[in-house]
Amino acid sequence: MEALWLSVRLAVLVVAILLVAAVPLAYWLSQTAWRGKFLVESVISLPLVLPPTVLGFYLLVAMGANGLLGKLWLDWFGHTLAFTFTGLVVASLLYSLPFAVQPLVLAFESVDPQLLAAAAVLGASRWRAFRKVLLPLSVPGIVTAAVLIFAHTLGEFGVVLMVGGNIPGVTRTVSIDIYDHVQSLDYAAANRMAVALLLISFAVLSTIYAMNRRVWSPWPGR
Amino acid sequence: MAGQMTATGAGRGQLDARFRYHRAGASRGRFELVVDFCIHPGLTILFGPSGAGKSTLLDCIAGLLKPAAARIELNGEALQDSAVDIFLPPQRRHLAYLFQEPALFPHLTVEQNVSFGLFRANEDQRVGRVQDLLSAFRVEHLAHRKPAEISGGEAQRIALARALAPAPRAVLLDEPLKGMDAELKAAIVDDLRSWNKVRQLPILYVTHQRDEVDALGERVIAMDRGQIVAQGAPHTVLDAPRKKRVAYAAGFENHLSAVIQDIRETDGVMRARLAGSETELELPLGYAAVGNRVHIAIRAGDILLAVRRPEGLSARNILEGTLASLERTGTSVVCRVNAGAVFLVHVTPGAVRSLELAAGQRVWLVIKTHSCHLVED
Repeated sequence: MEALWLSVRLAVLVVAILLVAAVPLAYWLSQTAWRGKFLVESVISLPLVLPPTVLGFYLLVAMGANGLLGKLWLDWFGHTLAFTFTGLVVASLLYSLPFAVQPLVLAFESVDPQLLAAAAVLGASRWRAFRKVLLPLSVPGIVTAAVLIFAHTLGEFGVVLMVGGNIPGVTRTVSIDIYDHVQSLDYAAANRMAVALLLISFAVLSTIYAMNRRVWSPWPGR
Repeated sequence: MAGQMTATGAGRGQLDARFRYHRAGASRGRFELVVDFCIHPGLTILFGPSGAGKSTLLDCIAGLLKPAAARIELNGEALQDSAVDIFLPPQRRHLAYLFQEPALFPHLTVEQNVSFGLFRANEDQRVGRVQDLLSAFRVEHLAHRKPAEISGGEAQRIALARALAPAPRAVLLDEPLKGMDAELKAAIVDDLRSWNKVRQLPILYVTHQRDEVDALGERVIAMDRGQIVAQGAPHTVLDAPRKKRVAYAAGFENHLSAVIQDIRETDGVMRARLAGSETELELPLGYAAVGNRVHIAIRAGDILLAVRRPEGLSARNILEGTLASLERTGTSVVCRVNAGAVFLVHVTPGAVRSLELAAGQRVWLVIKTHSCHLVED
């Protein structure tokens, strides 16, 4: 169960950091009329189409003693990022970025622009309109993003294997643990983990679908 | 009124706007808005057909759009002056702007919606102001409801209260009462008028409906294709339109092309022959010379229909023709009559029955001289 606990810790951390980072990014994407916007969108969406091993490989190179990120980390903390929990967090942030940004952009864009215009005419600064109108009306999208990040981080395999290796208690996540058990033909142990992951995934998905049907919506249907 | 205003300070309660807004957009087509007008305290109607640029004009005044060349002043203070690069964002213009849709914040209660713009006031002021406005617009009982739980008419009253809460300096209303029945409309406008009695703010009310101009208007600005085509008192602008497009918008169904035959200045009339026919019409004296091609606009409701040649009438135009078709639209019947040109005539269903009107019948049209309006292209 050590692996499960590690995975949950990783997922919660990634959700927290990614929401804070992705909200401004998604807000900018939803409001900007900049023509180069598609380039930013493409870069953010890369992890969706790239094989996790490719992403993991480049991250490993970047985090190694000869990589830019690794060198900086080595200078500051005395060790490289590769094969550490922090390295895993950094990798997961990049890997799950599209799962954060896309639902948020969708949520922000689906708020009637006329409501923001009304807020502006009523004297509300952009910041106030964002806090008082856009954000509250985007709650379902924010929840969707959080749930997707959580589930995606929990289930990642390729990137973790490349960047984190397989160090018990440090970088051995659930999916790697399952792989390990299968490799050593311990099907019973693999099954326990797999069932746990299956149940968590089901809970997570049913939460999203319930939200989208507004079963638990914070306000009555519009 | 103007003198009284000047006494309390130059340009009080006055909105001056002169600007040019250009949209090159490929999807919605090229559009250019060129306007120059001034509105005073009280209700001014901005009237014109859909697509005339009325909403764009309001967006420019509110600062939601930025016209390229503009000088927009409120009470003598510049909201935008492109000559010296001043452009106040909407947040700093202190205007009330009511859209066609109420656009209430769906996650806030009615009370929270109305107090949205009052974030600079303290708690006591805020509560007091919200109470005053809710009662001024007769929606106190809805204070704790959410927008999803109230009717469209109530929502628009609340939107109006919300817009007026932060003590605006001018009010912009973009067809806010679209789709509401006349009685409800009149009630809301009455409430707005009494709210404005002591404040004397300039109010610009946009509509494309002729009946609203008649019901509300003190002053009207008529717009078409991005330009102001006429302004003044409603009856002078819309009852005697000088532009063809205004005539269309103001509900003149008949537009006839004619050539002036002779001018009788002593009688104050002239005679014109309809293009492509021998039919002649007498119309009031206007700016035209013999031989000029002119346009004549006549309301379908201003034409009388007779089944026998009428006699002993003061009306000078009695045209013989054939009833081509009848078409029921709502509460009236539109008759198409061929009398040298095709005339549209509105009659009541009762008249159709009692005169036993039928297509193909011989009829006479009776048109007063002063129902014929000379309009420019």
